[in-house]
Amino acid sequence: MATETKPKPVSLKELSKKEDRFTHGHRMCAGCGAPIVVKQVLMATDYPIIASNATGCLEVSSCISTYTAWKIPWIHSAFENAAATIAGVETMYRALRKKGRIDREIKFIAFGGDGGTYDIGFQSLSGAMERGHDMLYICYDNGAYMNTGIQRSSATPFGANTTTCPAGSVIPGKLQKRKDLTRIMAAHGIPYVAQASPSHWADFIKKVRKALEIKGPKFINVISPCNRGWRSKTNDAILLSRLAVETCYWPLYEVEDGVTRITFKPKEKKPIEEFLKPQGRFKHLFSPENEWMLRQIQEDIDRDWEALQRAASEAGQD
Amino acid sequence: MARVVAVTGNEAGAEALRQVNPDVCAAYPITPQTDMMQRFAGFVSNGQVDTEMILVESEHSAMSACIGAAAGGGRVITATSSQGLALMWEMLFIAAGDRLPIVMPVVNRALSAPLNIHGDHSDAMGARDSGWIQLWSENAQEAYDNIIQAFRIAEHMDIRLPVMVCLDGFIISHSIERVEYLDDEVVREFVGEYRPMNPLLDVDNPKSYGPLILPDLYHEYKRAQHEVMGRVKGVVLEVASEFEKISGRRYGLFESYRLEDADLVMVILNSAAGTAKDVIDHYRDRGIKAGLLKPRLFRPFPYEEVAEALRNAKAVAVLDRADSFGAYGPLFVEITSATLHLDKRPFLINKIYGLGGRDFLPEHAGQVLEELKEIVETGRVKTIKEYIGVRE
Repeated sequence: MATETKPKPVSLKELSKKEDRFTHGHRMCAGCGAPIVVKQVLMATDYPIIASNATGCLEVSSCISTYTAWKIPWIHSAFENAAATIAGVETMYRALRKKGRIDREIKFIAFGGDGGTYDIGFQSLSGAMERGHDMLYICYDNGAYMNTGIQRSSATPFGANTTTCPAGSVIPGKLQKRKDLTRIMAAHGIPYVAQASPSHWADFIKKVRKALEIKGPKFINVISPCNRGWRSKTNDAILLSRLAVETCYWPLYEVEDGVTRITFKPKEKKPIEEFLKPQGRFKHLFSPENEWMLRQIQEDIDRDWEALQRAASEAGQD
Repeated sequence: MARVVAVTGNEAGAEALRQVNPDVCAAYPITPQTDMMQRFAGFVSNGQVDTEMILVESEHSAMSACIGAAAGGGRVITATSSQGLALMWEMLFIAAGDRLPIVMPVVNRALSAPLNIHGDHSDAMGARDSGWIQLWSENAQEAYDNIIQAFRIAEHMDIRLPVMVCLDGFIISHSIERVEYLDDEVVREFVGEYRPMNPLLDVDNPKSYGPLILPDLYHEYKRAQHEVMGRVKGVVLEVASEFEKISGRRYGLFESYRLEDADLVMVILNSAAGTAKDVIDHYRDRGIKAGLLKPRLFRPFPYEEVAEALRNAKAVAVLDRADSFGAYGPLFVEITSATLHLDKRPFLINKIYGLGGRDFLPEHAGQVLEELKEIVETGRVKTIKEYIGVRE
């Protein structure tokens, strides 16, 4: 049994008293998952937080002209470098703390979408993790470049219809499986990696709390529904993220010091169609000629879920 | 007491950075700069500086980390060359747009393709419009002096802009020259304590860096950057005059060498200016009025002062160690702009020399002066832009 860092239990009463550090007035779309993710992260802790933000929906909608939704120090510099940018801030913190010019405990968080994390920002993220900066990287994964108008990323799921892999008469959407970034980050051998969902907020908040108590680089991948790109109803963000978890499309787990632990096991694994059906981006998969794609998605999920359970079981964490 | 040493340009640069003792340094290796940052890493490892070093995985991340660190609220450095500067290009504009006083020695090197590790100015010329202040250095002494002055210029409360200090790859970075070092205390006192401005690390006064600014205000932001550049010349001169007091060495916006009464003038950046000065001396010995203008502050460019200095020249050859393919060389374009409003404009020609480390020899300077002589005699310019020192 690996020793697990035990954070305090999460209570709604306690959370409801917290000041919003990501405030109203931002210009994210109605029903977007990203601001919910950010609020849950900032709600999870009382530490002073400094955040960096990759270019993307969250960034362009939260700090425009002379308005900012961030009540914490926040920096956006470019698309591919949220990790390197916060690494710079964190290093300055260590430099000034060493010289006695700062005595506060401050935590550092980078926020990036899947494009800025899986794709263009991957090198910067990998480098920052290897260097051991004391930082938490939060990826809000909505499975495409939503800010530029729903283009495919390496996080786009197999079969999805996007504007650069449109479901056409010859090619039925994205033909490649998504990159499993959470496992890639775990393979960096960093102290803490987790996958979370805003639907399971207590689990997510616990993971953020735990991550912030651990010294060194941490990574949490959070599913973040986008009704514009997913072609779903504006009030379905939490429903869809819950279905992603319950179908085991997006299992909730953590890898702490190399030990894999599944943090939520659905009583009954729901068929993937339940997650896909409410989303217009997968509509074409329900045509008879694309039945093979649905089968393949289910097979991939089954195989990955089994592999994850095996990893947890080998670590004595099942 | 100042020390006289025999050191390479990179060694002198590293020594200046050690004496300044910045808070954070982000670095990535690239020839011919590598040697400067690895020497600095040695100072870190041996406790000779208090700097926290970030050994990043690319120059893009080096500049990104510098931006984060500088926004954090402390003194920040990096150094690069060539492809490294090209990879940073996106972030250079952000460092300047965010008004972060980062100091970066640029050990000038050619750009690919073809791959070449030797000195020319293509790298820094490619970054001339990034909003950085650029200081250029003829030799190791000037590189050392410029690096020290760069902190005062960058961090001046009226300016707050990043500064790159250019020195020629290999020719200066790897050649041993006589250099006078100032005492550590003198340098530290000259540079002074870092004064943060809107530091991110002040968590009680949260600031947002890097907003989205749409057409309603972007134009005004850019005009502000244009306007702050207007204050740079004055600060450069003020810092130079203070530096003269501690070093005895005088710096201006550019160097004039036997220029005042010169009929034939060469305009040259960095190390080749040294070669040109020798040849000018020989011409002067023969009674020919030759002179040199060597820009130091290239961004912002001191148009009025340069025009004034070239007012009496009859013919001017601008030598560019970089090309703008399909156009005139970058330095030539500045000199023609500067002289545009003179009542009597000199003849102007543009020579491209020394690309990818091709030697600039005294005979090349001689050829250029002979051509200027002929132009003055005949009143005719045969070719405006031409490569010299070419193997045919």
